[in-house]
Amino acid sequence: MSTVQPPEPTAQTPKPTWTGRVREAAVEALPPEKLLPDSQPTYVASWIYIFGVASIAALIVIVGSGTILALKGPAWWHDTGVGHFFNSVHLWAVELFFFAMVVHLWGKYWMAAWRGGRTRVWITGAITFLVAVPTALTGYVSQQNFDAQWIATQAKDGLNSVGVGAFFNVTNFGQMYSYHVFLLPLAVVGLVAAHVLLVRRHGVVPPFELDRPALATRPPQGGGTPPAVPDGKPPSVTRGVAS
Amino acid sequence: MEHSRVMIVLAAVFNLNHPAHVVEWHFIQLSVANLIVIALMFVVFALAIALPFPGASARTVARRTGEDAK
Repeated sequence: MSTVQPPEPTAQTPKPTWTGRVREAAVEALPPEKLLPDSQPTYVASWIYIFGVASIAALIVIVGSGTILALKGPAWWHDTGVGHFFNSVHLWAVELFFFAMVVHLWGKYWMAAWRGGRTRVWITGAITFLVAVPTALTGYVSQQNFDAQWIATQAKDGLNSVGVGAFFNVTNFGQMYSYHVFLLPLAVVGLVAAHVLLVRRHGVVPPFELDRPALATRPPQGGGTPPAVPDGKPPSVTRGVAS
Repeated sequence: MEHSRVMIVLAAVFNLNHPAHVVEWHFIQLSVANLIVIALMFVVFALAIALPFPGASARTVARRTGEDAK
């Protein structure tokens, strides 16, 4: 006696709801082992690879200290010792953010980090840098002191000279403060999140030495896995290097 | 009292009671403070390439021999 089994589906039927389709697309683009990997390629064990995460660490301090400054207000950050402290933490975190971001940019430029289908990774990083500049400028003109007034009047001339003075009034504290504490930080954090997710999807760009077809096809000594593939995709992964 | 002594020492080391020192070259005008930061970025960039990362060589050997680098 035999039983009739339903036929095995040859292709996955699309989900009827948009939430299901979004979930499937997200998992396909970023499966959990790519989103949260437990290892990184061995070439990541280099100091030049730490400046991306150093930028993110500085950004976390910027957002945290900036949130406290926004909650307490200008009188607090000018007239109290603790306010001065958080004001300084915010400023120096910004300095470190740009410092680490510039070194990160140089490192990625000289290793041509757009290789292997990583164009969007490069573009989101470059746009993040460009958006971070006005984010810092709006902060400098929102200090509520003579320094802010001086910078605002200088920036006014600069913006007028390039024809965008009608859209950005750097002498208007309310407008600049709104840009600084909401609109531009939202853009920076969103771009950084997209940048990191794209890095997770495509992997960290390998050095040129590991990207050459001749080296990629040469069998490694000792019977290990080949060091790389020629299209810029990362070589085999070895446990022990945290991202 | 102790705080004010520290401030006096710092003020002696970093005298900021003057207009910023500026380097001018044609249309380029940079403060010395910004030039120092830019020079530091070059130094850090060079060190990041030159200095070995802790444990990097052991991981490379482990990858080549197919062993676990843990």
